[in-house]
Amino acid sequence: MPLSWRSGGLLLGLVFFLAVLLVKPIGVSTQFVILDGIIWDQINPNVITKTETGYTSNNSYLAKSKGKYAKSAANPINYSFVFVLAMLLGAGASAILRGGNAKEERMIPEIWRTNLGNSTAKRMLASFIGGFIVLYGARLAGGCTSGHMMSGMMQTAISGYIFALGAFAAAIPTAIFLYTRRS
Amino acid sequence: MTTILLAIAIGAAFGFILDRIGATNPTIIGNMLALKNLYLMKTILFAIGFASLLMFGGQMLGLVDVGHMSVKAAYAGVFAGGLILGLGWALSGYCPGTGLAAAATGRVDALLFILGGLSGAFAFMLSYDWGKSTGLLSNVLGGKTTLGAIPGADYQALFPAMRGDVIGIVMGLAFIAIAFTLPLKPASKG
Repeated sequence: MPLSWRSGGLLLGLVFFLAVLLVKPIGVSTQFVILDGIIWDQINPNVITKTETGYTSNNSYLAKSKGKYAKSAANPINYSFVFVLAMLLGAGASAILRGGNAKEERMIPEIWRTNLGNSTAKRMLASFIGGFIVLYGARLAGGCTSGHMMSGMMQTAISGYIFALGAFAAAIPTAIFLYTRRS
Repeated sequence: MTTILLAIAIGAAFGFILDRIGATNPTIIGNMLALKNLYLMKTILFAIGFASLLMFGGQMLGLVDVGHMSVKAAYAGVFAGGLILGLGWALSGYCPGTGLAAAATGRVDALLFILGGLSGAFAFMLSYDWGKSTGLLSNVLGGKTTLGAIPGADYQALFPAMRGDVIGIVMGLAFIAIAFTLPLKPASKG
């Protein structure tokens, strides 16, 4: 990677600061719920309904906090959703500028290939299951690595420390088990 | 309109930098979590510390609006959810933000991560009432709580006698100190 940990950390920290200076702390995982809400409402228009004062939903999670998620799903051109779309553009632009990832790497990352083999189906299944677990956990926790761990701990939020403790307590042993080649 | 432009500018910068620090690469995530190469850990800790210094320092100088802070509530589910997320994070090498960013860099397995993520988030939406009934979502330690009392904010404080912005600066310096102290490759030292 072209950035050293010092310049990378400086730039990443600057972005987290600018976000809280100009708008609000960075967070991503809620937008999975918003996209789910958008899709669900397309399939079944009764899911999100307009009220006199705003929006609500027949799903209690979308309806919580006075329908704040229902409102965002009904109006996707809002700060947090556009933020995530722009994040995709930024990451894509960076990848293009550095020449992109090799074809094999795009299917199976090197660490997986080295430790767990060349089966594309196995990697895809693991990625799907991983995504399911990650987002279920993130929603239960009320945030993810960006919202809880980074934005949370930078604000000295107790919830941020609790989340980081839980995430690393599970992730480190799992990664050591999966990615330390046994001979 | 201004907020949408800010969303585009800050979001694009965030995505660009995530890719440039290797956070979109499961190999770099996996090596960090397996404690083989702490490059990304040092980067993240430095970023948290630096952002803390700027934010709390700016608040003390009156340049940063305290009202822009947003502290999330603490409840048992934060720890349980963290554990669950940690499992999937190590397995896939992605978290919600980096998974999305990785898909944008052309990684096909990240697309599967996103599909799984949409399903997982949907499963949570359907199980929300049950989750609430378990008490896992009930606040602990005062809910939206920070270490010290932050002037101008109405969050609970774990140590109410201490000034939250001063603790914020101290914690920021601590994060930076850890970032500098952590060895890049712990295994090669022992």
